[in-house]
Amino acid sequence: MKPRTGAAVTLAGCGKTFADGTRALAPLDLSVAAGETLVLLGPSGCGKTTLLRIIAGLESPDAGGRVLFDGADVTALPIEKRNVGMVFQSYALFPNMNVRENVAYGLRVRGVGKAERSRLADEVLEMMRIDALAERRITQLSGGQRQRVALARALAVRPKAILLDEPMAALDAALREHLRGEIDALLRRLSITAVYVTHDQAEALALGDRIVVMREGEIAQVGTPREVYERPADAFVASFVGTTNRLEGTVRGGRFACAAGTMALDAPDMPKAALLFRPEAARLVLDPPAGLVLKVEQVQFQGARQKVTLCTPDSVRVVVETPPDLEIAPGMLMGLALDPNRFSLV
Amino acid sequence: MRSADRLAVLFLAPLFAFAAAFFVLPLAELVLVAGSGPNGAFEYLAILANPRHVQTLVATLALSAGVSVATLALGTVVALFLARTRFAGRALLVSALTLPLAFPGVVVGFMIILLAGRQGLLGAFTQSLGMDRLVFAYSMAGLFAGYLYFSLPRVLVTLMAAAEKLDPALEEAARSLGASRLAVLRDVTLPGLSPALIASGAIAFATAMGAFGTAFTLATRIDVLAMTIYTEFTLNANFATASALSLALGLITWGVLALTRNMAGTGVAAAG
Amino acid sequence: MIPHRLTFVLQLLVTLACAAFLLVPALASMLAGVTANYFQGLRSGLTLRWIGEVLALYSGTIGLSIAIALGTLGVTLVLGVPAAWALARKPSRLSRLVEEVVTLPVAIPGLALALALILAYGGFRAFRMSPLFILVGHVLYTLPFMLRAVMAVLAAVDVKALEEGAASLGASPLQRFFHVVVPNAKGGILAGALMVVTLSIGEFNLTWMLHTPLTKTLPVGLADSYASMRLEIASAYTLIFFVLIVPLLVALQMFGRALPAAPAKGGRP
Repeated sequence: MKPRTGAAVTLAGCGKTFADGTRALAPLDLSVAAGETLVLLGPSGCGKTTLLRIIAGLESPDAGGRVLFDGADVTALPIEKRNVGMVFQSYALFPNMNVRENVAYGLRVRGVGKAERSRLADEVLEMMRIDALAERRITQLSGGQRQRVALARALAVRPKAILLDEPMAALDAALREHLRGEIDALLRRLSITAVYVTHDQAEALALGDRIVVMREGEIAQVGTPREVYERPADAFVASFVGTTNRLEGTVRGGRFACAAGTMALDAPDMPKAALLFRPEAARLVLDPPAGLVLKVEQVQFQGARQKVTLCTPDSVRVVVETPPDLEIAPGMLMGLALDPNRFSLV
Repeated sequence: MRSADRLAVLFLAPLFAFAAAFFVLPLAELVLVAGSGPNGAFEYLAILANPRHVQTLVATLALSAGVSVATLALGTVVALFLARTRFAGRALLVSALTLPLAFPGVVVGFMIILLAGRQGLLGAFTQSLGMDRLVFAYSMAGLFAGYLYFSLPRVLVTLMAAAEKLDPALEEAARSLGASRLAVLRDVTLPGLSPALIASGAIAFATAMGAFGTAFTLATRIDVLAMTIYTEFTLNANFATASALSLALGLITWGVLALTRNMAGTGVAAAG
Repeated sequence: MIPHRLTFVLQLLVTLACAAFLLVPALASMLAGVTANYFQGLRSGLTLRWIGEVLALYSGTIGLSIAIALGTLGVTLVLGVPAAWALARKPSRLSRLVEEVVTLPVAIPGLALALALILAYGGFRAFRMSPLFILVGHVLYTLPFMLRAVMAVLAAVDVKALEEGAASLGASPLQRFFHVVVPNAKGGILAGALMVVTLSIGEFNLTWMLHTPLTKTLPVGLADSYASMRLEIASAYTLIFFVLIVPLLVALQMFGRALPAAPAKGGRP
């Protein structure tokens, strides 16, 4: 199939309050560039699915909210007129049709003739490498196969944007990791606009050009995977995306001070500060100089790396991953050195 | 989805129209006619003042209650037996017991005539034993047998489903605690079946209350409410009384079903 | 648990007695319908004479019953299936009210319903005299069963997700209904259809009041033959009725097992 680019999607002031008064989404602005893969990441109930359904046209935003595709207002258009492709969490494959009929369905309602739509459906099936399944009933497919058929069906209509609602939530971990790579390659090859909802941070980091971290109906941070991972905007983002260490203390005169010691950094004075960093953003140093000094509590050898749990004098635990060549034993005192630019101060 | 809301309204409209024209309107007419007799709106009270009607009402209530209790008793024994015993031909027996499910009342009446009528099987059997011919089809007893015939299959369907769902571990636990078989039945099994018992009992009661076909086939002389309504309407052309009696009958059956639906939760809903 | 010996025997006896109570008269009637003389028993020989007489006397009622049952089925499908979808879609207070009103005829004795229909529409002579009058009564009585059967299956297959899927692919509401809702509700529609046809063919309570000498249905004819014909003819007629209705009941039993959420069965003596 020919590569194509999708539409730019813009949300302006889109909030959602349901009929029973619960507020799922605070009014927010967001734009997705044409061809970009944007991941909406957050715990369940954070409003990410509601946001996706507003883009799709399955929910309408509260008064004043607007949805634009390539600058054209589509807020009043129902989903069937928006030309989006959607992959549902349950896949929503039609049990009364076989695989090919499912994939061709979007073309069928667009009035494409039977022979032509079968040919187009087969093309997409081939691209997804599931052409052998064309005649199967949906009930005869495995979870991973269903997932691919759902994706093929959404792509077959050449949508302006593809919207994926936790498409891998129903699959087991190993399959998820495998399909993650496939979906990533596919979305990049087609350079189609994609909005991907997930609560799995690994999926978000692997797939997103940008990640929107959401919490209780609001956007907590928007950024590239690297930004979100290494410089989380706040403690929530930090804790939701990967393992995070957190040291609390103060900043005075260009030095961060906590119970474990002090460390130089470039920041204005703060009476209360928290230093956030990832396990792999720090190094352990033998024979510690001044700086931050912690006591080793536990060492887990993991082959390529070892995971060291350390403890500050005020009993805060810090996890650091280091190369295994360092001989470390519980009880030792180690110096903690942070890579510049790989921590955040909040 | 908004676009589907309009379609939903469009789809409901014909149903609305049909229900309004052929259910709500006629029912309103029934209420009006019931109040248009010589006694006016007091026709309802006039029913109560007429000792024959009161007697009929009491007889119908007693008959329906008796049929419900008997059906439930037999149904519980059979349902528990079939739910717990596996033997060759069990599926066939279950089919045989539930097949008469939708025999209409007239046919059920004929079955009772064949069983206990003047040339019935029971009569022939008792005569062959040297006794008098046993004939009871054309009386309250015949009606009782007819309603039993009618209610048993549908009560069985509900009770068997409920009995299959009972957790045998509960009974075993009760036995392990020293409960006798009777105590287990009283304290564990029957309480477990009670939603189904209430539901199917209500259906049996309601159907017996409104039954007409069986009574019509067996004899027009049996004084049950449905027969009284029929004779008042067709033979005496007493529309007001017939309407008032119909409304009373409808209210009683609907009330019993609504009451038990609240008691037993869902499941009684589509009672026939 | 180890069954208690005496309890087991008693239960078995009660079960067999119930089965005999239900089956023996039905078998006796079938046999009587093809026996030359019921009082002499099978010794008198088997014959199709009574069946022939019934067909000569009552074939009109059989045809009318089938026609009315099919007509009732058509109307309940057209009225019921779309409405069931609309009612199951959004459980609101209005939809519950509509459901309650529409299912009310099941809880009200047929005699009362028939009386109400006659009082309201008896004056429209052409309507009163036509089989349509009976058809209306049958639709009123069977519609709740169709509604419930379809609504139960719609709740079971999560048709909402499938509709959203179809909508995302560009299908209009009407296309979604015919391409996705109806095919996936087939089981419920079929179960409902069997129920409607079975109930309509056997309906007597309403029909006896609604019929005219020219619009006699099978059960009306049956009642007539029970009152005025010899036992063999009544039995032969009943046999013909069984031939019509037993396959439907067997199919219904099979579907009842496949469809656990199907509504309670109905009908009234």
